[in-house]
Amino acid sequence: MAFLETNAPPEFWVRDDAGNHQVLCLKGDWTISTLAAAEKLVNDIKVDLHRLTCIDTSGIGEIDTSGAWLVHRVRGTLEFKGRRVELTGLTDVRKALFCQIETHHPPRYKPEKHPFSIVGFLEETGKQVINVGKDAFAMLHILGSLGVVLTTVLLQPKRLRGIAVAVQFDKTCIGAVPIVALMSFLIGAIISQQGGFYLKQFGADLYVVDLAGILVLREIGVILTAIMVAGRSGSAFTAELGAMRMQEEVDALHVIGLSVTEVLVLPRILALMIALPVLTFIADMSALVGAGLTTWVYLDIPPLAFLNQLQAAITPQTLWVGLVKAPFMAMIIGLIACVEGLKVGGSAESLGRHTTMSVVKAIFLVIVVDGAFAMFFAAVNI
Amino acid sequence: MTVVETIENEDVSAPAEDVILAVRDVSVSFGSKKVLDSLDLDVRRGEVLGFVGGSGTGKSVLMRSILGLVPRQSGRIKVFGYDLDGATESQRLSIERRWGVLFQQGALFSSLTVKQNIQVPMREHLELSPQLMDELATLKLELVGLPQDAGDKYPSELSGGMVKRASLARALALDPDLVFLDEPTSGLDPIGAAAFDTLIANLSKLLGLTVYMVTHDLDSLHSICDRIAVLGHKKVWAIGPMEEMMVNDDPWIKSYFRGARALKRV
Repeated sequence: MAFLETNAPPEFWVRDDAGNHQVLCLKGDWTISTLAAAEKLVNDIKVDLHRLTCIDTSGIGEIDTSGAWLVHRVRGTLEFKGRRVELTGLTDVRKALFCQIETHHPPRYKPEKHPFSIVGFLEETGKQVINVGKDAFAMLHILGSLGVVLTTVLLQPKRLRGIAVAVQFDKTCIGAVPIVALMSFLIGAIISQQGGFYLKQFGADLYVVDLAGILVLREIGVILTAIMVAGRSGSAFTAELGAMRMQEEVDALHVIGLSVTEVLVLPRILALMIALPVLTFIADMSALVGAGLTTWVYLDIPPLAFLNQLQAAITPQTLWVGLVKAPFMAMIIGLIACVEGLKVGGSAESLGRHTTMSVVKAIFLVIVVDGAFAMFFAAVNI
Repeated sequence: MTVVETIENEDVSAPAEDVILAVRDVSVSFGSKKVLDSLDLDVRRGEVLGFVGGSGTGKSVLMRSILGLVPRQSGRIKVFGYDLDGATESQRLSIERRWGVLFQQGALFSSLTVKQNIQVPMREHLELSPQLMDELATLKLELVGLPQDAGDKYPSELSGGMVKRASLARALALDPDLVFLDEPTSGLDPIGAAAFDTLIANLSKLLGLTVYMVTHDLDSLHSICDRIAVLGHKKVWAIGPMEEMMVNDDPWIKSYFRGARALKRV
C-alpha cells in the first residue's frame, strides 16, 4: 500500500565538477528507518577537502529530522576541518527543516563509564552508613509521632479510626490464617519427624513431644509467623503507602490537615499488633496438631499419650513466652513498612526498592528482637 | 483483542488514497454502557485534526481504541492502509514504529531519565551508535523546547509542562508520520501552550506530520487545526474546518464555539 513503502537505501558519491570543484552528492532516503545504514555510510565518506565546495541534496528522496541531523553532522564535521561547505538542492520546506536543525548544538558526547575503584567502593560504604543513620532517625521520628498520636487516641478514644483498624485487621490477620496454619502444621510435622528419627535411636521417642512442644511454642511459632507477616503484610503496607506518596495522596492528607501517622500509620500498626499474637496462637496450635499427627503415624505415640506428655512438658508460661514477643515484632514490622513506604520517591523503581528493603529489614530485625528476648528470658530464668 | 467480525461491507466506503487513518463502524462499550456506537472517521495525510467533545463522551476511549489499548466490540481500523486486525506481526511493528503517542499524563518511564526515555524507541527498533542516539535525543529535546540539561533529569523532577514536552519528544523519537496527542496543552500556561501549538504546526509543516489531537484548548483549535471533529451522541457528530463549526446550529457545538468563554477570547 501507499504508506508503508520500502525505503531506498541511502547512498553517496563524489562528483568532480569543472573548475577543480568537488561535490558530495547524496541519494536515496535519509529517514529514521534507513538511519542505521546511513550512519555507517557517512563514516566512509572521503573527500578532497581542498576541492569540496558543496553537498548536493537534490537526489535525496525522503528526509526527516533524524536524516537531516545526520546530513547536517556530515557538513559540520567537514566545516570543522576548515572548509566552507554549502548545502544545495534544497526545497523551501527542507530549507526550513535544516534551519531548525542548525540551531541545535549537542554537547560533546561522553560515553557512560562504570569504573570500579576503591574510591567508589568507599564512597558507597560511607553513603550506606549515613543511610542507616537516617533510617534509624526516621524510625524514631515515626515512633515518636506514633506515641503522640497514641496518647491523643487514649485521651480521646473517638479519634481512633476503628473501621480502618478493623479493615487492616481483616487484611493482615483473617486473610493470613490459611497460609500461616498450613505452614505451621507442616513445620510441626517436620520437627517431630526429624526429632523422632534421631531420638528413636536412643529409645527416647517420647521426648519428641517435649522437643516439638517447647520449640514450637517458645520460638518457631512466633518467628515463622512474624516472617510470613513481614513478607505478606509488611510489603503490602510499603507498597500502599509508597503508591499513595507517588500519587501525592500523602501530600493531600497533609494539606487537608490530617496527620499521616494518625490516618495511615496507626491503624496499620495497631491492627498488626493485634493480628500477630492471634496468628501466632493459631500457628502454635496448628504446629502442635502437625506434631501430634506425625508422632502418631511415624512414632506410634497415640494422641492421648502425646497430650499427657505435652501437659508434663509445657506450662502456660511456655505459651506466653512465645506470645508476648508477637506485639513487639508486629510493631517492628509495621514501623519499618511505614517508614519505607513514606520514603518512596517518584519512580516505579524506587517503589520496588523500598518494598524489598522493607521486607529484608523487617525479617532481619524480627530475628534480632527474638535474640534480645532470648537473652532477656535467660537472664530472668524463664 | 476481542473483535467480533462484522459483516463485510466491502469497499462501500473505501478510504481514499490520502487517508492515513480510517475508522469504520467502531463500537465500544464497557459492560452494558455503550460509549461509541458505529463510529466512522477519516484522518487525511498531513492534516491537524482537533477532536473535541464533552467530558466523558469517549474521546480518549476512541484514541485508545485506535491504538489497540481498549478492545472494541465491532468495526475496523485502517492505519497507513493496513487493517489493524489483519496485520501480521511485522506489519504491526512497522505501523507502531510510524506512530507516536503523547498520553494525557505523559506516561514517561519513571525509572529512566528523559534522554533515556526518548531513546527507548530508538534502542528497541533501530541499531544506532550510542553517540548518534544521544545527539538525536538532545535534538528532539531542543525541538520540543526543553533545555539540554533536562535530558539527565528523571520525570519526577520535571514540572507538568516539561513532562508534556518530554513526552512529546519521546513520541517524536522515531520521526513518526502520525502522532496522537491527548490534551497536549492542558496544564500549560498560555505562553507555553501557544509555543506548543506553534511547535506542532511547524512539525506538521516541516515533516508532513499528521496530527490527531484531543484538546479543549480553543486557541489550539483556532490556530493550528485544519479540521475539527466533534464527538457526541456516541459518534463523530460533526467534522469540518473551524468556519463550519462557527456556523453550525447544533446547540452543543454552538455553545462550545460561540459560548461566553469562546467569545470572550476574541
